Amino acid sequence: MFIVNHRKIFFSISAILVALSLFSIFNFGLKLGVDFTGGSILEITYKNSIPEQGEVLKTVESSGVEQVVVRQAGEDGYIIKTEVITDAQKNIILENLTSESLESNEISVERFNTVGPTLGDELKTKASIALVVLIIVIIFFIAYTFRHVSKPVSSWKYGFTAIIALIHDVLITLGVFTFLGGVYGIEIDTLFVTALLVILGYSINDTIVVLDRVRENLRDQKDEVKEKNFDTFVGRSLNETFSRSINTSITTLLALLALYFIGGIATQTFALALIIGVIAGSYSSLFLAAPLLVVFKNKQKAKKEVDA
Amino acid sequence: MLKTRISALIILTLGLLFGFFVFSSENNTESSFAFKYGLDLDGGTHLTYRADVSEVASEDINNSLDSLRRTIERRINVFGVSEPIIQIEKGGAFSSEEDQHRLIVELPGVTDVSEAIDAIGKTPVLEFRVEGDEPFSFEQSVSISDDESEEGAIDLSIQAEDLANQIYNSFKPTGLGGGQLDRASVVFGNLNSEATVSLDFNKEGSDLLAEVTKNNVGKVMAIFIDKNLIQSPVIRQEINGGVAQITGSFTPEEARQLAQDLNFGALPLPIELIETQTIGASLGHDTLNSGVRALVYAFTIVFIFLIIWYRLPGLIAIISLILYIAIMLALFKVIPVTLTSSGLAGFILSLGMAVDANILIFERIKEEISHNHSLNDSVREGFKRAWLPIRDGNMSSIISAIVLFWLSDTSLIKGFALVFGLGVLISMLTAVAVSRTFLLAISNNKKEGVLVKLFGSGLNFSKEEK
Repeated sequence: MFIVNHRKIFFSISAILVALSLFSIFNFGLKLGVDFTGGSILEITYKNSIPEQGEVLKTVESSGVEQVVVRQAGEDGYIIKTEVITDAQKNIILENLTSESLESNEISVERFNTVGPTLGDELKTKASIALVVLIIVIIFFIAYTFRHVSKPVSSWKYGFTAIIALIHDVLITLGVFTFLGGVYGIEIDTLFVTALLVILGYSINDTIVVLDRVRENLRDQKDEVKEKNFDTFVGRSLNETFSRSINTSITTLLALLALYFIGGIATQTFALALIIGVIAGSYSSLFLAAPLLVVFKNKQKAKKEVDA
Repeated sequence: MLKTRISALIILTLGLLFGFFVFSSENNTESSFAFKYGLDLDGGTHLTYRADVSEVASEDINNSLDSLRRTIERRINVFGVSEPIIQIEKGGAFSSEEDQHRLIVELPGVTDVSEAIDAIGKTPVLEFRVEGDEPFSFEQSVSISDDESEEGAIDLSIQAEDLANQIYNSFKPTGLGGGQLDRASVVFGNLNSEATVSLDFNKEGSDLLAEVTKNNVGKVMAIFIDKNLIQSPVIRQEINGGVAQITGSFTPEEARQLAQDLNFGALPLPIELIETQTIGASLGHDTLNSGVRALVYAFTIVFIFLIIWYRLPGLIAIISLILYIAIMLALFKVIPVTLTSSGLAGFILSLGMAVDANILIFERIKEEISHNHSLNDSVREGFKRAWLPIRDGNMSSIISAIVLFWLSDTSLIKGFALVFGLGVLISMLTAVAVSRTFLLAISNNKKEGVLVKLFGSGLNFSKEEK
């Protein structure tokens, strides 16, 4: 009952977080990686001593390549990002780097990726389409699975609350990442889009389990009882699912933390996005989605009274 | 009771078999069921080309793409790369029209790709033309160079180009070209050591060749690559069967070059390189190692959590999780799933979520126990009640996986979606089938006692929560 009774506090917390996220999104914008913008990434490691970052930058720029960004990678290497370059241009850069560094210092190429600009544009379009398609499919899915629960709140509203929770989770994840992008220069890549879609799935999954409890508790009740004690039913459902929700989030988070700290650089951003999404997702299922049902129901009641 | 215990034993045995299969096929280096690692874990080069099909009639697109694939495959094989993958990929749903057709080339272990890119990227146009009514003559070419000199600009390269064009234009097109050539190869005649280039045409090419040669016996058939005259054999007779031979006085080296040029010229569609990814072997192996380490840590932490919090059922959840891992690994080998860094991430994530079904079930069982039901009844009832949220919840994850798989056209996301979707599905099965059987096998008809306490949760053993 605690959550339902104090729902205004929890709604405020969510509202503040979402407002901050929106601010960050409009202020910083997403920092898109080469997957989206097109360009080349060259990761190199030095066998012996490693030159200064500025020196590398200068050498690369003097090789006739533009839009150069150099970032340290590990202890003995750099990640060099440039406009789209050909393999031949890459070899010129490497030659220049080798000739300018100390003798007996070998450079090895760890990674060289080039993404054409059209491919990047396409990814942007597709990512947006994927998000929209997934949201639509899921609204219908929830409305369908909750179709027998139409009193006192219609099944569409269950779907609607789930979508609000979902938008909440996605906005907060985007908010954190726009902030990280603006302040620390963390860029998003294809895997980040994947992470967003997984957060969608997780958020819905988590919300469904909570709403399912409401559905089950309402099942054998008479209509008047449902009508009168709806907030009690929601409160009881929350109490009953609370430890499950927390424990599931904990196990998922433990797995993700392992992935983040140990799992290699390639999937680190991905893991971080999921960690934020899972925390937001668990919070929104318990503190946002279920109490919202009560709000919807009260609105209905108020409207009925006005009509009468 | 006996029945569930027997089923539990059968499941355990099956699990052991799965585990044994994974273990033994991994230790046996010759097994055809080794894990397949993507280039991001194994090192190598991934090239994505866009095939331009705008010039091809829509019903011929698939054929052209197929012969494109075979041509590239031939070219790659020249480099002696082990197990290259060359495949045609359709863009995912909602791809724009011109982006629909892609050619993916994966070269494991190759990190210096300049040569490979050069070889693949050349798109010379091969054409067969026959002598026209006005045969090419030297006078014509001289008159052209005179024209040039009158204008006071004598540029040798332009002259040469004009000359080549002049030669090219003096031959009539036959419609026969790279599109219909199946293969060019070098053969050696028996009598002398003279090298001969043999041309194999496909069905359409054979028919065309027969017709053209029949109508032009005694004339010169010229072979052009990018409008440059390569060879000009004289047609001696009608050629049936789709095999033509160019005999000339070339050295074996020249013959090989010509055959190669012709094979290169046989590229049926223009292609454009749109993406390259090269991963060094050491970075790949680092990624693999850290991925596997993360997996092991994730499992261990989750195990510890389950044992501490859920006691006996926690232990059973662990057994069903181990079974889950064994089944997944076996599936990776059998399907086979190419493991990538994103796939590993999907697997680790699915592990965290796989526990969810178990937790839902345990919480329900606990509730039933607190309603003073016997253990057996509690387990049955708990499962029954947990099934709906498990089904509906996982369904939404599976829907996300399907949408991801359907809409993406990068192997990165497809790999993740496949592993994640499979993981959710299998975890649901193991939680419902395996955990249920085990819990029933060990539970009894009592309402309290040590066993009931072991079914509790939390750190406090002294009293049961309400």
